[in-house]
Amino acid sequence: MSQQGYVTAPPYSQSQPRMGGFSAGFGPPNSSLHYGHYGDPNSSHAAPQPGMSKPTVPLGSSAPLGPLPPGTHQFSQNNFQSGASAAGQQPHRFQSPPPPNNTGPSYPPSSLHSQPASPHTASTSCTTQLANQLNSMQINSYGPSAIQSSHTSSGHPASFQGPQPLPLTQHQMALPPGPQIPPPANNFSGLCAQSSLPNMARQDGIPGSGLPNPNLQQLPGQTPGPGYHPQQGNYGPQMAGSQLSYPGAFPGGPAQLSGPPQKRLDPDSIPSPIQVIENDKSSRGGQIYATNTRGQVPPLVTTDCLIQDQGHASPRYIRCTTYCFPSTSDMAKQARIPLAAVIQPFATVPQNETPLYVVNHGEAGPIRCNRCKAYMCPFMQFIEGGRRYQCGFCNCINDVPPFFFQHLDHIGRRVDHYERPELSLGSYEYVATLDYCRNNKPPNPPAYIFMIDVSYRNINSGLVKLICDELKTLLDKLPREEQEESSAIRVGFVTYNKVLHFFNVKSNLAQPQMMVVSDVGEVFVPLLDGFLVNFQESRSVVNNLLDQIPEMFADTNESETIFAPVIQAGMEALKAAECAGKLFIFHSSLPTAEAPGKLRNRDDKKLLNTDKEKTLFQPQVNSYESLARDCVANGCCVNLFLFPNQYVDIASLGLVTMHTGGTLYKYNNFQLNSDSPQFLTDLRRDIEKKTGFDAIMRVRTSTGFRATDFFGAIYMNNTTDVEMAAVDCDKAVTVEFKHDDKLNEDSGALIQCAVLYTSISGQRRLRIHNIGLNCSTQLADVYKTCETDALINFFAKSAFKAILSQPLKAVREILVSQTAHMLACYRKNCASPSAVSQLILPDAMKVLPVYVNCLLKSSVLTGRPEIPTDERAYHRQLVMSMGVADTQLFFYPQLLPIHNLDLKSDAVPAAVRCSEERLSEGGAFILANGLSMFLWLGVSTPPELIQGLFNVPSFAHISTEATLLPDLANTYSKKIKSIVEHIQNQKPYTMKLMIVKQREQPEMLFRQFLVEDKSIHGGASYVDFLCCVHKEICQLLN
Amino acid sequence: MATYLEFIQQNEERDGVRFSWNVWPSSRLEATRMVVPLACLLTPLRERPDLPPVQYEPVLCSRPTCKAVLNPLCQVDYRAKLWACNFCFQRNQFPPAYAGISEVNQPAELMPQFSTIEYIVQRGPQTPLIFLYVVDTCLEEEDLQALKESLQMSLSLLPADALVGLITFGRMIQVHELSCEGISKSYVFRGTKDLTAKQIQDMLGLSRPAVPIQQGRPLQAPEQPVISSRFLQPVHKIDMNLTDLLGELQRDPWPVTQGKRPLRSTGVALSIAVGLLEGTFPNTGARIMLFTGGPPTQGPGMVVGDELKTPIRSWHDIEKDNARFMKKATKHYETLANRTATNGHCIDIYACALDQTGLLEMKCCANLTGGHMVMGDSFNTSLFKQTFQRVFNKGLNGEFRMAFGANLEVKTSRELKIAGAIGPCVSLNVKGPCVSENELGIGGTSQWKICGLDPCTTLAIYFEVVNQHNAPIPQGGRGAVQFVTQYQHSSTQKRIRVTTIARNWADAQSQLQHIEAAFDQEAAAVLMARLGVYRAESEEGPDVLRWLDRQLIRLCQKFGQYNKDDPNSFRLSESFSLYPQFMFHLRRSPFLQVFNNSPDESSYYRHHFARQDLTQSLIMIQPILYAYSFHGPPEPVLLDSSSILPDRILLMDTFFQIVIYLGETIAQWQKAGYQDMPEYENFKHLLQAPLDDAQEILQTRFPMPRYVHTEHGGSQARFLLSKVNPSQTHNNLYAWGQESGAPILTDDVSLQVFMDHLKKLAVSSAA
Repeated sequence: MSQQGYVTAPPYSQSQPRMGGFSAGFGPPNSSLHYGHYGDPNSSHAAPQPGMSKPTVPLGSSAPLGPLPPGTHQFSQNNFQSGASAAGQQPHRFQSPPPPNNTGPSYPPSSLHSQPASPHTASTSCTTQLANQLNSMQINSYGPSAIQSSHTSSGHPASFQGPQPLPLTQHQMALPPGPQIPPPANNFSGLCAQSSLPNMARQDGIPGSGLPNPNLQQLPGQTPGPGYHPQQGNYGPQMAGSQLSYPGAFPGGPAQLSGPPQKRLDPDSIPSPIQVIENDKSSRGGQIYATNTRGQVPPLVTTDCLIQDQGHASPRYIRCTTYCFPSTSDMAKQARIPLAAVIQPFATVPQNETPLYVVNHGEAGPIRCNRCKAYMCPFMQFIEGGRRYQCGFCNCINDVPPFFFQHLDHIGRRVDHYERPELSLGSYEYVATLDYCRNNKPPNPPAYIFMIDVSYRNINSGLVKLICDELKTLLDKLPREEQEESSAIRVGFVTYNKVLHFFNVKSNLAQPQMMVVSDVGEVFVPLLDGFLVNFQESRSVVNNLLDQIPEMFADTNESETIFAPVIQAGMEALKAAECAGKLFIFHSSLPTAEAPGKLRNRDDKKLLNTDKEKTLFQPQVNSYESLARDCVANGCCVNLFLFPNQYVDIASLGLVTMHTGGTLYKYNNFQLNSDSPQFLTDLRRDIEKKTGFDAIMRVRTSTGFRATDFFGAIYMNNTTDVEMAAVDCDKAVTVEFKHDDKLNEDSGALIQCAVLYTSISGQRRLRIHNIGLNCSTQLADVYKTCETDALINFFAKSAFKAILSQPLKAVREILVSQTAHMLACYRKNCASPSAVSQLILPDAMKVLPVYVNCLLKSSVLTGRPEIPTDERAYHRQLVMSMGVADTQLFFYPQLLPIHNLDLKSDAVPAAVRCSEERLSEGGAFILANGLSMFLWLGVSTPPELIQGLFNVPSFAHISTEATLLPDLANTYSKKIKSIVEHIQNQKPYTMKLMIVKQREQPEMLFRQFLVEDKSIHGGASYVDFLCCVHKEICQLLN
Repeated sequence: MATYLEFIQQNEERDGVRFSWNVWPSSRLEATRMVVPLACLLTPLRERPDLPPVQYEPVLCSRPTCKAVLNPLCQVDYRAKLWACNFCFQRNQFPPAYAGISEVNQPAELMPQFSTIEYIVQRGPQTPLIFLYVVDTCLEEEDLQALKESLQMSLSLLPADALVGLITFGRMIQVHELSCEGISKSYVFRGTKDLTAKQIQDMLGLSRPAVPIQQGRPLQAPEQPVISSRFLQPVHKIDMNLTDLLGELQRDPWPVTQGKRPLRSTGVALSIAVGLLEGTFPNTGARIMLFTGGPPTQGPGMVVGDELKTPIRSWHDIEKDNARFMKKATKHYETLANRTATNGHCIDIYACALDQTGLLEMKCCANLTGGHMVMGDSFNTSLFKQTFQRVFNKGLNGEFRMAFGANLEVKTSRELKIAGAIGPCVSLNVKGPCVSENELGIGGTSQWKICGLDPCTTLAIYFEVVNQHNAPIPQGGRGAVQFVTQYQHSSTQKRIRVTTIARNWADAQSQLQHIEAAFDQEAAAVLMARLGVYRAESEEGPDVLRWLDRQLIRLCQKFGQYNKDDPNSFRLSESFSLYPQFMFHLRRSPFLQVFNNSPDESSYYRHHFARQDLTQSLIMIQPILYAYSFHGPPEPVLLDSSSILPDRILLMDTFFQIVIYLGETIAQWQKAGYQDMPEYENFKHLLQAPLDDAQEILQTRFPMPRYVHTEHGGSQARFLLSKVNPSQTHNNLYAWGQESGAPILTDDVSLQVFMDHLKKLAVSSAA
C-alpha cells in the first residue's frame, strides 16, 4: 500500500509559523511531511501535474483492494497492527489475497461483527436508499466492469502506468449508451484537456454567463412557471462535466445521466442536511447534554440544548472533527479524516448555562505539571493518598503543593473533587500571578481607540457624523465585569485623512485639544496623558469632541487617505500607555497617500485561474505583515469597518485585522439610510463584546499526538504558541493534530487548551478548556464519531489558507479527492459488503458531500471575474476565524418558509433545503447565511401575508429598497420579525435584509445561495457533485 | 582744539564710533608696528534723539564698485551741480531733485553735523514684526507657571499688529494653530527626527500656497499673512485665544522616571521654528524666542543623554575630548543659525535652569543672528521676568529698541582695507577692492548681516592700512570710512543709516607723539579683548593669554619710555596708562578663564561681551567698585582687595552681577539692628545708599544682572573676592602687615606682580 496514496496528512497543513511564509509554504520540499499531497515531493507523480496524478494514485494503489470490501476491514486491522514496520511490503501482501476474496460481494453484512450495532444500523437505511437511487442512475453499471477492471489491473500490480488506461477504457466501454460516449481514446487526454472544458460547458449551459455583472444576468433557462423544474434536471448532467473541474470527472459520465431512458435522481432521496439537522434536533434538542463521558459526540451545532460541564469542555468551546482518534498514524493516514479541534475559547454561553468559575490560588498561582506544564485539570490522577498526582498528559508524577493537599476517598478521588472547578470541570479560569504578566507587572485595563477616516467621502456620506453620534451613547456600554459598576476600559480618539489627528480629552480641559501628526512616514503618539481617558470622567469633553468632529472637517476636500500609519499610531498609543486594546478603524478608500503601506489598485481579473491568482489574497506590500507582528507583540487588536465604493484591497488592509484577532466589517456602497442600522448594530455588538486581550493560547495533548497546525485570526511566532492581540466570543481557532506515536485506547486522547489573557477589567487570567477523546483501533469507531460540521470548518480553513500558496485548481482538487478518500476508506473498511457501484456513506458523514460542494462553490474557491476580488478576500478572512456554527450557516444557508406559519406557536419554522425547487410561487422565504439575509417573495404570495408584512395591498407595491421590515401591529409582522431576530441572534455579523421578488433581477443574487442547485458561477449541483464523488470513490475502490 | 578725550567722546556721541587710533599711521609697516590694530567699535543704531531721519533715498556714487553715499566730506561743485566721491573720486551729477542746492541751501547729508544720517526709504512690503515663542514644557510647575505669566504679559507689550506664533516642546514638538475656534489645534512633531524646511512646510500644510505667492507676486504683502495665518496671527486678533492657550499649557505629560532627565527636543523645536519662518516670511523681521529650562536630551542637537547619572559636559570633559554630543549638537545649531541668518530672522535664547542648558552648543543661534541670550536660575526669578520684559522696552522716541535684518556695509578710502568684524553678525561674503586678505574676526567681506540688533549692539571692525611706506600721503590728507547700515526699523520701515568719518594721517616716524596722544586706550582694550575672546572660541586658553601678553609687551616696548634693562625707569604716557591694567583684568575675566565657569557660563559671558558697547564692555573687563562709608560720599575705589574694609559697604558692578558687600563691622551693626534705631538713622541711610544705586543699574541693564547682597564672610562674598585684584593673599598677608583690606585665598598673581613682570619684559633688551 503506497503511502502517498493515503497520506492523511493535513492536505493544506503548513506548520511554518511565520507570517511571511505564504509563498514558501508549499513549494519547497523541505517540510514535505506536513504538506500532504499539495505538491508532496514524496509522491511518485510530479507535483506540477496534479491533474494527471490524481487518477494515478487511487487506481494504482487501491485497485487491488477494490473487490474486497468486506474483507478489507479485517485485513486492514491486521495490516496496521503488523504493517507499520513493513510498509514497503504491503502492496504485495494485498495483491495476493484478491483471488480468494473475489467472491467478496456475497459476504453477508453481518460479517462486520465487531462493530457496535446501533449507529450502523441507523446508517444502513440511509445508505441503501441512496444506493437504490444511484442504481437507477445506472451508475451501478460500473459495478461489474469495475470488478473486471480490478481483475485486470491486479495482474499488473507493479506498474502504475500500465493498468490505468485499461480499466478506464473498460469503464467506458461498459457504459451502455454507446453513441454518447466521448472518444474513448485516452483518459489522459481527456484529463489534460479538461481545463478547457469548463468554458465550453458553461457556454452550453448558461449562455449568458459571460456577462460581467452577475446581478443583471438572466438565466436563459429560467423561464417562468412550472416548466422550469424539469429543465433543471437536464442541466445537471450536462453541466456535470464542466462544473466538476477536477480530473476525477468523467467527461462521458454525465452524458449517461442525461440519457433518455433514465429517471431523474430524486433530490429527496439523497442525504438532506435539513433532515440531518431536524433529526438531531428532535432527538437531542432541548435536553441536557452532560459532558461526563470521554469521546461523547455532542449534538449538532444547530441543535439547541442545555450543556452541563461535567469534566469535559462544552462543545460550545471545543468541537472536534472526530471524537475517537485512530490509534495509529497508519490508520489515520488510511482514513484521511482530519483530526482537528475547533476551539472557540471565549464562546458565549446561554444565560441558563453556568458561566466559568474562577479559581484563585493567590500568590501560588495555578498548579501545573512540572514537566509538560499542563494545568491542574480533571485528567490529573491523584495517587499516594493524595500526596502526588500523575499528569494525564505526560504521565509525570508531581507532588501536590501543601496548600492544595486533600485526602482521597474510597475510589481514589479527592474529597474536595466537586468543590474545586479545576478537578471536576472541563472549563474554568485561573487568576494568573505576576509571572504571567508582561514585564512581571500587573496589566493596565485595556483601551479602545476609535480612529475615524475624515476624508471627503466619509464626511460627505454622513458617516462621520453617524459614528460620532452613535459613540456618544455607545461609550456608556463598554464591557465591564459583572461585579463592577463601570467599565475600566479607557477610550481614545483619532481622526485621519492624509495626516493623523489625535485628541486630548483629559477631563480637566474645557475643550478637547487636537494634535496633528503629519509625519506619517514615522508615525508616533503625540500625547500620553489625556489621550486615553475614562469616558465617565471625561464625558463632557468627549461629547464636545464628538459634536465637533463632523463640523471641524465639514468643508474638507481631502480625498487621499493613509492606512498603515493609522494602525501604527494606535499601536504606539497602546504601547505608550502600556496596555492592550482594540482599535476601531472606520475606513473607506484605498490608501493612496504617500505613506508606508501605500497601496495601488492591483485588482486584475486576468490573474484569475492562473498560478498568480494567489497573489490577490496576499498583501500587496510587506509592511502590513511587520505591522501585524508589532501589533500582536503589543496586544493591539485591529477592528476594521470598511465602507468601500470600489476596490480597496482587503487582502492588504485586512491582514493586520486578521492576525490580531480583530473583526473585519464591510459595507459596500454605504448609504446612510439603508445601511446605518446594519453598521450600527455591528458596531454596538463589537464594542459590547466580551473580549480577552493580549492573549496567548497553548494547546497541550496527551502523549502520542500533538497539535501541528493552527488556523484562525491568530499570529504564530513559533510552532506552539498561538498569539492573539485579542480574542472575542466569535473567534475560533481550528487546531489540527497529528500522531507522534500509538495512542492508548484506555487513556484516550486528552487535549488541554489554555488561554492566558487580560480581562476587560485588566486582570490577567488563564482560561482552561479540557476535553478527552477516545481512541480506537477500529476505523468504524472513528467514522462513527465524526462531526461533519467541524470537518467542514477544518476543510474551509485549511483550503482558504492554502489558496495563499496553491493554485485554486489544486486546492479544489484536493478537497474533492480527500472527500472521496474518506468515503472510500469507509466503504472499504467499515461498510457492509455491497455492490461497488453503491454509494455508501457513513452516517456521520452523510451530508459531507453536499457541504464540501457548498465549500467548493464559495466565492473564495470560485475564480470568476464576476466575483469582486475584495469580496473573496473578505469572505476568506471571515471564514478563517469562524466557529463551527458560523461556517455551517455560511456554507449551507438557512432557508425558512414563512408563508405557512403556525402563528400561534413560538417555534421557528423548519428550514427547507437550499434549492430552487423548494421555493414556490405562492410562498415567501427567508434565507440567511450569517452575512446577508434575503426575504424572497413568490409572485403569488398570499396578499394577506404581504399586507401583514409590508402594509401594502399587493405584490407589485412592495418596495425592495427597504432593509428593515416595518414595525406593524399584526401577528404576521410580529412573528416574522421575531423569526428574523432569532436568526440574527448570536451571529457575529449583522445581516442586512434584502427583499427579493421572484423574477426580478436581484433574484440572481439570491439564487447564489441556493447551494444545492448548480450555481451561475459554475458550481455543480448537489446531485452532480454526489455523482462525481461517487465515481471518484468507485475509482478509488477499484 | 579740545583734548582727544573730548574729541573721542564727541565722536562717540555723534557717530557711535570709537577708533583705537584717532590719528592713523600712514603706512602699512608703521601700522603693524603700532601693535594694536587700527580698528573701531561701531554702534550702528546708537540712539540719536536729535537726529530726525530724512524721508528720501540716499544719493549714491555712480561708480558701480563704489556706490558710496553722498556725505559731508564730499567735495561739492554747487554751480556745476556735481559732487566728488571722497572714496573713489568719481565725479557725480546730482539727481534732478537736488537742482536747487547751493552753499546756503544744502541738503542734510552735506551738513557736517550729519556725519551720521538716517534715511527712511520705501522698499519692499512692510511686513509686521513676527514673534515666535518656542516654549519648553519640561519645567517644574512653578517655573512653567511663571513663564506662562511672563508670556501672557508679553502679549500686551508687543506691537498690536505684530504676528505671534507659539511652538511648545518637550518630548514632542507642538506647533499651535492660533486661528481656530473651538478645539485648540496643534501640529505635533517627533523630537528625535530632524526635518528639512521643505518637510516641515509640507507637514504643516504650508507649502502649496506659499510657492506662487512668495515668488510670483512678492509685492502683494497683504496676502502673505493669509498663508501662515494658522500659525502666526496678529496679536490684536488672537491675544485672548493665545492667553487662554498659554494658560492651558501643561507640563510635558510624558512620564520621567527616577534618575532620568525629561526628554527635551530643543534641537528639533528650533529647527521647526526656523523652518516655519523660512517658508512663510523670509527676509522680514522676526524673532524666534526660545525659552528653555534644561539641556536638549534627545534628537538632533542633544547635548546630554537622559540619564541623570551622566552629568552634562564640563570644560574638563571638553578638554579631554569627552563631550560626546558637543560636536554634533554644535553643528546642528550652527546649521540652523546660518539658515536663520540667511532668512534675516533672529533667535533669542532664554535659558533658565540651575544646571547647564547647552548654551555652549546653542550659542551660535544667538551669536550669528543677533539674538539675545539670557541665562538665569529659574523663570520664576525677577532676573528673567524683568529681562524678558525689557526685550520689549521702548526707546526715547517711543519705539521698540529692536531692529531687524540689518546689512552693514563698510567703505573705506583707498589707503585702508577691511580686515574683518567681530560681533553678532554673519558675513555676506561680498568681496571688493576694499577687502583685506588678512582676516581679523569675520573677514573676507565688506558687508555683514546683523539679523537682530538694538541701539546698544556694537561691532568691532578691524582695518588694515595698506598704504606703502614709499607712497606718502599729502600733508593734511584724511582717511575716510563710511558705514552704511540698511535695516528694518521696529516700525517696520526700511531705513538706511549712513555714518561717514574721517581721521588724519600721520607719519609714524616723525609724528609718533600725535598718534600716541590720539590713542583711545579704552577702545583699544575692548578691541583687543574682542580679538582675544574671538580667538578663545577656537584656540586653547593659554595660547590666547600668551598672545595677549605678547601684544601687551610689544605695545609697552613701542610706546613706553624707559632705559633698556632698567624696569624702574619704565613710564607710559597718560593715554596708555590704564591699558595694562585692563589687560590684567581681562586675563582674569571669565571671557578668557574657564576655571570655575561652566561651558554654558563662558558662552553666555562671551556672547554679551561680543555685542555690548564700549562702556559696558569695559565694566565686563574691569568691574567697577564703589565704596560707601561714613568717611565721605560714595566713591569709586580700586578693584583691589585692599578696598575691602570692615567699615565700608562695597558695591561692585561686573555687568553680570551687582554685588553689595557689607564690611565686617557694618554687617555686625546691621545684625545688632542699629538701622532700626531712630538715633542711628544715618546708618540706615548708609545701608540704603548702595541699594538705591544698585537699583538704578538694575533698572537699565539688559540683561538684568544677578543681584547679590552679601556681607563679610558670607558665601556669596566669593563674587567680590574673585574679582578684586588679589594684592593681599594668604601668601603675603603678613608681609603686608596689618595695614587694611581682606586677604584673598588665591595663588593668582596680583596686579603689582603683573606690572613688575611687564616692566621687566618691556625693558628687556633680549625681547
